[in-house]
Amino acid sequence: MKLIMAIIKPFKLDEVREALSALGVAGMTVSEVKGFGRQKGQTEIYRGAEYSTNMVPKVKVEVVCDDALAPRVVEAVQQAANSGAIGDGKIFVLDVGQAIRIRTGETGETAL
Amino acid sequence: MRKILLTLAVMGAGLAAAPAFAQEADPAGAVSGGTAYILNTLLFLIGGFLVMWMAAGFAMLEAGLVRSKNVSMQCLKNIGLFSIAGIMFWLIGYSIAYPGFEGGFFGIADFPYAMQAVGEADTETGYSVASDWFFQMVFCATTASIVSGTLAERIKIWPFFIFTFCLTGFIYPVVVSWEWGAGWLDAMGFSDFAGSTLVHSTGGWAALAGALILGPRLGRYVDGKVVAFPGSSIPLATLGTFILWLGWFGFNGASQLAMGTIEDASDISRIFVNTNLAACAGVIAAIILTQILYKKIDITMALNGALAGLVSITAEPLTPSVPAALFIGAIGGIIVVLAVPLLDKLKIDDVVGAIPVHLLAGIWGTLIVPLTNADVPFVAQLTGVVATGVFVMITAGIIWSVLKMTLGLRPTPEEEMDGLDKVEVGVEAYPEFV
Repeated sequence: MKLIMAIIKPFKLDEVREALSALGVAGMTVSEVKGFGRQKGQTEIYRGAEYSTNMVPKVKVEVVCDDALAPRVVEAVQQAANSGAIGDGKIFVLDVGQAIRIRTGETGETAL
Repeated sequence: MRKILLTLAVMGAGLAAAPAFAQEADPAGAVSGGTAYILNTLLFLIGGFLVMWMAAGFAMLEAGLVRSKNVSMQCLKNIGLFSIAGIMFWLIGYSIAYPGFEGGFFGIADFPYAMQAVGEADTETGYSVASDWFFQMVFCATTASIVSGTLAERIKIWPFFIFTFCLTGFIYPVVVSWEWGAGWLDAMGFSDFAGSTLVHSTGGWAALAGALILGPRLGRYVDGKVVAFPGSSIPLATLGTFILWLGWFGFNGASQLAMGTIEDASDISRIFVNTNLAACAGVIAAIILTQILYKKIDITMALNGALAGLVSITAEPLTPSVPAALFIGAIGGIIVVLAVPLLDKLKIDDVVGAIPVHLLAGIWGTLIVPLTNADVPFVAQLTGVVATGVFVMITAGIIWSVLKMTLGLRPTPEEEMDGLDKVEVGVEAYPEFV
């Protein structure tokens, strides 16, 4: 099993979700996050004082799937979240040791 | 607020002595004594609850412009100060503000304020004195509201409440007695229709004295640079500004103090138009100026611009023509946009811009009265501005200093960084998780 963690632009979330649904991905976890990479923050003015927002708002999408599906999930996210501009984000793929469905106690891929 | 015209007192008593004042009250336009009494009282009551609602405006404006960790605290300050003001104004404030003799510097009538009995009417005054008390009390609360915004995010609750107690029970009533209480400023021809100086500058001076003694928020001025602390909610600040704008029609309109004649009703309407347009001009001036200076419009400056326009027109909302009202309001808006960064240069930390809005625009509005009202001598206006400044800075300065030396004004640095909601109130405004 793989955990695919993608940091994407917030307005790309719907497209990513649709692309993953089309692949048969049954669930995902989404969080609002902030951070920075190559995309610099921008300078704002508040009551005459300049300030820079060096943490940029992003959305983190986490999906766990079986090993066979993982490359297609990565590819779908990479295409759906791509706007061609700096700040489109990153995708990380991690191995998952175990998965358990809380309600039934099922483990492994059947728990996904 | 202008003193009640004698004509109304006469009409209110239902006496037939009216011919002596025939040049002031057109018989065709006047209503009978009882009706005038009712209309005058109604004006005070409607004006009074509109100004009371300004307390909500201040609360929302300030809640929106502080950081989310201090929002509960700011709300607590606002409801607390409104209540302290009400009780203090009943206890001694009203009696100091209206001492019952002319030309004085300080005096006190019987206190606490003794309300009329059930079913009794104050027919000799032409209006219910209880309605007047209520109307004056909410002005007193407005003065205290001004202070709370400037000192936000870094003052402990009890010293603030104790200062409010002194401001509403002593400092504000004394200043009011000089003018509306027929004191020495009134005798020299000073004019402040609804309180650009008496209410707004008094609050502004008290806030300035507090800001100087309290010092800026931690981390606000670092290595000669100004650090911006963006507010927690622009929608709340906007709502607060609109509430204040609405309340201002009571503030200025009902300061006509009488609605028993066609002339008064028409003048009140004139005041509504001027009040509204001065605010509009303040907003547009702030929008254009921030666009030019910063290449982007600063919404909080536009909100301050509305209030500065309103404060500017408050000293004389009746006599200006519409272009004059627009001019007076627009300069108010410009004053705010230029003064906010200037205060930051001086390291005077004014969280909501109350000093530019209420103090500086209040001074501007007071000094410009002679432009549209030839009966008012400029020297009297200048004297009023300076005297109010000296008196409030000294008395407020002493009170803030004593509080600093005894109770202490500030929470510890750790508590301040943590946010006052946790330390002083115990309830966070936005408990977001679990």
